[in-house]
Amino acid sequence: MSHLLINYYEAASVILFGIGFMNLLLQNNLIKKFIGLNIMDTAVYLFLAAKGYIFGRVAPILTNGVIDADYYINPVPAGLVLTGIVVSVSVTAFSLALVQRLYKHYGTLNMDEIMKLSREREGE
Amino acid sequence: MEHVNLVHNIPFFSIFIAMFSGIITPLVKNGKIAHKIHMIMVLIVMIMSAILLMNVVKNGESFTFMMGHFPAPWGNELRAGPLEALMALTFSVVMFLTVTGGIEFIYHDVVPEKQSFYFIMMNAIFGGMLSLIYTNDIFTAYVFIEIITIASCALIMAKGTAQAMVGTTHYLVISLLGSGLVLLGICILYSITGHLLFPQIKESVMQLFQSGEYSFPLLVVTGFMFIGIAIKSALFPFHSMLPGAYQSAVPTSSGILSGLVLKSYIILGIKLIYSVFSVDVMLNLKILDILFVFGLAGMVMGSVYAMRETRMKRMLAYSSVAQIGYIYMGIGMASRIGMVAACFHILAHAVTKSMLFLCCGSMVETCGNKEQIYYLRGAGLRNPLAGIGFTVGALSMVGVPLFVGFISKLYFATASIYAPGKMAAVLIVLGISMILNALYFLPSVIAIWTPVKKEGEEAKKAVISPAFGVCIVLFILINIGMGIFYRPFISIIEMGISLLQ
Repeated sequence: MSHLLINYYEAASVILFGIGFMNLLLQNNLIKKFIGLNIMDTAVYLFLAAKGYIFGRVAPILTNGVIDADYYINPVPAGLVLTGIVVSVSVTAFSLALVQRLYKHYGTLNMDEIMKLSREREGE
Repeated sequence: MEHVNLVHNIPFFSIFIAMFSGIITPLVKNGKIAHKIHMIMVLIVMIMSAILLMNVVKNGESFTFMMGHFPAPWGNELRAGPLEALMALTFSVVMFLTVTGGIEFIYHDVVPEKQSFYFIMMNAIFGGMLSLIYTNDIFTAYVFIEIITIASCALIMAKGTAQAMVGTTHYLVISLLGSGLVLLGICILYSITGHLLFPQIKESVMQLFQSGEYSFPLLVVTGFMFIGIAIKSALFPFHSMLPGAYQSAVPTSSGILSGLVLKSYIILGIKLIYSVFSVDVMLNLKILDILFVFGLAGMVMGSVYAMRETRMKRMLAYSSVAQIGYIYMGIGMASRIGMVAACFHILAHAVTKSMLFLCCGSMVETCGNKEQIYYLRGAGLRNPLAGIGFTVGALSMVGVPLFVGFISKLYFATASIYAPGKMAAVLIVLGISMILNALYFLPSVIAIWTPVKKEGEEAKKAVISPAFGVCIVLFILINIGMGIFYRPFISIIEMGISLLQ
C-alpha cells in the first residue's frame, strides 16, 4: 500500500489507463470510445514521464558547462513519449475519419445501432 | 573502418526499400504503376532474403546490425538469423503471389483514384512485417505494430462499403486495445530493466529473476505483453474482430491479413520468448501454460464457429482462429520441437490461407457475388482452377498427407511426447480439431463440385486472368512441395531457434 503512495504518479497513470481501456472496450458512443483511447495512451505517457524524471535533476541540455551525468536525467523516456504521441495522433486521426464516414452513412454514433442497421441491410 | 559484410545490410535495406516505396507511391496517381512499384519492391526483397537465407544457413550464424552510430546499450539494432531470413523469404513470396494473383479484385473493388493509396498501405504493411521480423529493439517493435494496425485497417476499408467500415471499426478498436496493453507492458519493462534492446533486457530480466526482485512487475509485464500480442493475433477469446473484417474486405486484403499480418505478431512473440524473457522465466510465470490453454480452446472453438457458418469467407476467418490456436498450442508446449512445429505451421498457414481467400474470392465472383455456400454449389465446375486451389487448401488445412498442413500436425503430435503432462490434452484436442476441420471443409469442397441444374440460367464459365491462374498454380505447387520436401524447412527452423537463444 505504501508503494502506491510513494509512486502516486504511476498509480494515477495505471488507474487512468484502466479508465481509458474500459471506455475503449465498452463505450457505445464512437467519439467517447476514441476519447477513451486517448486517455489510455496519455496515461502511458504520464507513466513514462514520471519514471523518467528524477527529483532535482535537469533536462540533458548542456548550458552551464556541467558534464557530470548525475546532474541530468535520462533523455530516452522523453524520446519515447514523443514517439508515442506521434503514433497516437495518427491513430486518432484515422479513427475520427472513420467515425465521420460511419456517421455520414448511418446517421448515428452509437455502435450498437450501427451494428443493427448494418445487419439489417446485409439481410436484405 | 572494420570489414563490412554486404549481406549484413540486407535486413535494413529490405525494410528501407519497403518503406521508401510506400513514401514515393503517393506521387504516382495511377494504380497500375503503383502496383508495378510494389511488385518490383517485393521481388527485390524476395531475392535479397533468399541470399541472406543462403548465407546465414551456410555459415550457421546469426548477426546483429547496428543502426546509426551508437553501439549496443544505446543505439538501435536489427538482428537476423536463419529463422528471420526464412520468415522474410516466405512472407515476400506469399505477398508477391497474393497481390499478383489478386490484382483483379483490387482493380475491381477499389475506386480507381484510390488504387495507388491501396498500394501505399500494402508497402507500409510489408515494411512493418519485415521490421517485426528483424527488429532487436522493443520500442521499434511497438511503433511498427501501430503502423501495421493503421495500414491493415486501411486495407479492410479500401472497398468503401458500409459493411467494410463497420468491420474496420471493430478491427481497429480490438487492435488498439491490444497495442495499448503492449505499450504499457513495454513501459513497465523499461522502468524495471532500464533497457530497450533485447539482449540487454534479457540480462536484466535474468538478474531480476534470480534475485527475486520486482517479481510482481515482471509477471505483470509478461502478462500485458503476451495478452496484447494474443489480442492482436486473434487468439481464441479475442477473435471477434476477424470474421466481419475479412468478410467485407477485398479478398486480396483478407489473404494478406490472415496469412501474414497475424503471423508477424506471433513471430514477435516467439522472439520475445527466446531473446527477452527466456523460456525458463516464461514457464515459471505460467504465461506459456495460459497461452497453451487458450490455444487448445481456440482449436476447438474456432472450428465449432466455422461449422455453424454459412458464408464462406466467414468460415475461412473462423478457420484462421483455429489455426492460430494450433500455433499457440505449439508455443505453449515450451519444448524446442513444439516451437519448431509452431514456426512451421506459421509457414504452412501463410501459404495455404492466402490461396484459400483468393480462390474463395474468385468463386464468389463467379457466382454473382453471393457468399453463402449454398449459392456456391457448382462453382468449382464453372471456375475449375479456383475450385482446385480451394480443394488443395482445404485438404491441407484438414491435414491430409502430401500437403503442407499434414506436416505441421505431425510435428505437433510428435512434440506432445516431449511435453510432460500436456501429451494427452494435445493429442485429444488435435484429434477433435482435425475431425471438426474435416467436418466443415469437406462439405464446402463437395458443394463447390456438385453440379446444379437451373432452368433458364446458363452456367457460364468464369473468365480468369492469366496472373491469377499462374499464382494459384504456384501456390498449389508450393503447398505440395512443402508437404513432401519439408526436411530443409524444419532443419532451418531448428537452426534458427537454437541461434535465437
